[in-house]
Amino acid sequence: MIFSYAAPQAFYPVAGRMVPWFAWLAAILAAGGLYVGFFVAPTDATQGESYRIIFIHVPAAWMSMFLYLVMAGWAALGLILNTRLSGMMASAIAPTGAMFTFLALWTGSLWGKPTWGTYWVWDARLTSELVLLFLYLGFIALKAAIPDPQRADRAGAVLALLGAVNVPIIYFSVVWWSTLHQGASVSLTRSPTMAATMLTGMVLMALAAWMYSIAVTLLRLRAIIRSREGDAEWIRISAGK
Amino acid sequence: MAHAFLLLVRRDLRIALRRRGDVLNVLVFFLVAASLFALGVGPSPELLRAMGAGVVWVAALLAAMLSLPRMFAADLAEGTLEQMLIAPQPLGVLVAAKIASHWLLTGLPLALVAPLIGLQYQLPADALAVLLAGLLIGTPVLSVLGAAGAALTLGARGASVLLGLLLLPLYVPVLVFGAGAVLAAQSGIDAGAQLALLGAFLAVSCVVGPLAACAALKIALD
Repeated sequence: MIFSYAAPQAFYPVAGRMVPWFAWLAAILAAGGLYVGFFVAPTDATQGESYRIIFIHVPAAWMSMFLYLVMAGWAALGLILNTRLSGMMASAIAPTGAMFTFLALWTGSLWGKPTWGTYWVWDARLTSELVLLFLYLGFIALKAAIPDPQRADRAGAVLALLGAVNVPIIYFSVVWWSTLHQGASVSLTRSPTMAATMLTGMVLMALAAWMYSIAVTLLRLRAIIRSREGDAEWIRISAGK
Repeated sequence: MAHAFLLLVRRDLRIALRRRGDVLNVLVFFLVAASLFALGVGPSPELLRAMGAGVVWVAALLAAMLSLPRMFAADLAEGTLEQMLIAPQPLGVLVAAKIASHWLLTGLPLALVAPLIGLQYQLPADALAVLLAGLLIGTPVLSVLGAAGAALTLGARGASVLLGLLLLPLYVPVLVFGAGAVLAAQSGIDAGAQLALLGAFLAVSCVVGPLAACAALKIALD
């Protein structure tokens, strides 16, 4: 049964065996994606070479949103089934999600400078991404501020669910806000048709981001398990070998 | 249940009236913070008129935030909260009463004082009416979601700073629709749509917030 792996003790060695596989997959896919992105994909007719940042930007933006949902899903599972591993999983995902959110903002502003002429625009997507970063940071800070790990997991789970309910509302309110305030100075004119090789590069990079997220999450999960259950006998046995 | 609710609200109001400073300080903070913006950007009437609604709303969010750590903390410290949790009435009644008294002591006074700041920012009379209406609909959201935040940070290190980090992103829709309604009224557009959206967000918050607050209280007092 899959539930037998819900115990940290059972999942710890499994996670350890999975990490290298996902890490290698991430490296290979990223190498392929970067090669396609930088050497095969053609230069964009309107944006020149600067568009190539989408091979990092778009996968990062996808992951940032997707990981929040995965995190909230694990949090909900932890609240419902009261499994210890779920809360640890949510803790392990949060820093990676925050990192991808930051990466999406950073690459977005680097792309914005040559394209829009400014590093930051209060565009709906940028603004909601920024709010998402704040939500991740709030989750991490709440978990860090509660000394008892079990309580921290459950309080964090409630917060993650509250955030997940609010994310769509925040997104639509920000869209409303930017259409209300923003002049016509900036418009997102991404060419509607994309060369097939561009899409290939982007998909490869997105898959690489997935594999990287899984590998890093599992690695961090192992560290969390060790730090929380460091006194347990099974950990000392597996560490001693 | 209604009896327990009224009893709890009356108790909180009475305690607050005995310590009037706590309530007044939040209002004074609101006025000071809102005035500082004008000092920061200069006295040009056009600029003030353009940013007035946003300033009032941001200051209201911050002021409400300041008052939130007290929502459950005093009751937790003296042990009342545990007694309330084991009382026969459902926990939702306690949370609803806490939210109601928090709004009566913070949100309502803030909304009533806000038109004064609006006058300082040269807002016309119809915009002031929309500002007041928006605050009356929007400040309950601050208390409802605030209850969840206050319960989540019970017993956490640095709870008051943490509260801001947790709650301010969740308050974004209130700020957008609340300030947007005033801006719409100022530019001669009907503000009804924004106020309706604010009301809708209040309705959603009333479902989600108390649930989260109850769950968080149970976790905090586990």
